[in-house]
Amino acid sequence: MSTNSEFQKKIKKAERTAYIATAFSFLASILLLFTVYDPTFSVFGKKEVTPIYTEVVEDEDKIENGIHLRTGLIDAEGLMTVVNNCTNCHSAKLVTQNRMNAERWNATIKWMQETQNLWDLGANQEIIVNYLTTNYPPLKKGRRMNLTNIDWYDLKE
Amino acid sequence: MKRRTFVKNAVLGSFAAIIGTELVFGSKMPYGYTPLALQETDPFKLFNKNKEMVVLNDKPWNIEAQAHLLDDKITPNSSMFIRNNGLVPENINPKKWTLTIDGESVKNKKTYTLAELKSKFQQHTYQLTIECGGNGRNEFDPPAKGNQWTVGAVHCASWTGVRLRDVLEDAGIKKDAVYIGFHAIDQHLSGDPKKEPISRGCPMFKALQDETILAFKMNGEEIPLAHGYPLRLVVGGWPASVSGKWINRISVRNIVHDGEKMTGSSYKVPCKPVAPGEKVKDEDMCIIESMPVKSIVTYPKTGATLKKDSSLKIRGHAWAGELEVTKMEYSIDFGATWKSCTIEKPVNRLSWQHFSASINFPKAGYYEVWAKATDAKGVSQPMLTPGWNPKGYLNNACHRIAVKIV
Repeated sequence: MSTNSEFQKKIKKAERTAYIATAFSFLASILLLFTVYDPTFSVFGKKEVTPIYTEVVEDEDKIENGIHLRTGLIDAEGLMTVVNNCTNCHSAKLVTQNRMNAERWNATIKWMQETQNLWDLGANQEIIVNYLTTNYPPLKKGRRMNLTNIDWYDLKE
Repeated sequence: MKRRTFVKNAVLGSFAAIIGTELVFGSKMPYGYTPLALQETDPFKLFNKNKEMVVLNDKPWNIEAQAHLLDDKITPNSSMFIRNNGLVPENINPKKWTLTIDGESVKNKKTYTLAELKSKFQQHTYQLTIECGGNGRNEFDPPAKGNQWTVGAVHCASWTGVRLRDVLEDAGIKKDAVYIGFHAIDQHLSGDPKKEPISRGCPMFKALQDETILAFKMNGEEIPLAHGYPLRLVVGGWPASVSGKWINRISVRNIVHDGEKMTGSSYKVPCKPVAPGEKVKDEDMCIIESMPVKSIVTYPKTGATLKKDSSLKIRGHAWAGELEVTKMEYSIDFGATWKSCTIEKPVNRLSWQHFSASINFPKAGYYEVWAKATDAKGVSQPMLTPGWNPKGYLNNACHRIAVKIV
């Protein structure tokens, strides 16, 4: 066939792709607007879109076996205050691998405020420090710990 | 509301919905930046790491090896620890990358492209031991703040680049120069563009050593992104934090460099020994320079069970900062007696050295094989956790593995 109709076919194809892309981005922006301004989709009453959102919400702060799944933090009094203030800039892993007393946690918070742009925690500071010292207390290690969690295996030379 | 602001807020809103948390400082997020949470989340795939590497922290990324993963003489990328202070940079264009030499004590401020660095200066390859200052921090009591590294924050890869000395001399060093400080493009965790995550350095004598290089290759290939692509300052034998990644500027200073993590208590230990838990003022803390003598048993993996009357071949590596390791020993009776290991010479200065030994056990039972290195000045590794310090640096206590004879 002539290159001209070949070319037209390609144009048609490109056009279709463009339409589909436009439609998709239109849908995406609608969804986005809802997420921002009407996360409960209240305009639609109880329509089928709602469960999708609810599902996400449930997953976000799901607790399983006493552990907040998203962060790995122990579910206890003050959990969400810790999640909301201590896991934005760094991982919760940095918090839980550090076992300190109240004095040292307060000093660490002060250091983060002075040097790392941490905001004023107000009354939440006490809740956070209580949560950390209760659920992640310092461990006694002495001058050298025993080897633990040894995974025994047969050595084949 | 301006359209662009609206769009940005809307996008941030959707990020929040996906990540499930508000992005603090999201408004300061650079245009076109994708938060890490939305990208590849499997660090092993993301950084090509061995599945047995241990993730200590995922924001910023801090990942360490286990002893048996460090068995290679030259550490492959898959077993190299990652210690990041800020966010891993993205969209690096090596063609546009430049390195600027500036500072109070440089004669002529100069800027080089990567191509210029590679063509203008002679290239050198060295195997260099890089150990995190906080390797072994998990053993300090009372615990020290920070990532709780165990034994795997060390590696010895082969680095290719140009000598920092050659570049500095090309720009010209004034007589009053005392220190160099690096600057890099990685972003602070808070997203604040005015903050540098880390900007450390070293005194001139170290900067001018043959083995202090500006590297653009690691193990013969381009440096992996997480390890500093496209340009890394590699300073063997000193805390790994001196080996700055993603370097785009080096300042020649007439004072001890005062960049981020050079001041306060970072990478410093008490100038005088202190009791465990003692408070130490910042002015009584001294900057860590050479790392201490240390070793690691990389074979077999801890937990080996073997039959009575069979001999156990062990091997591993030893290093001593600026010095060479001159003696290597092992003990199977908690230090009551020591026997010597074979220890190889380093392939070049500041490279770790390989040791091996063959052990026979007197009877069945539980044993620990302890390894102890001694440096050229006669200083050995302690069996106990050494002097407590507020930030938990420099734990060079003997490494040990558990063995059962049945």
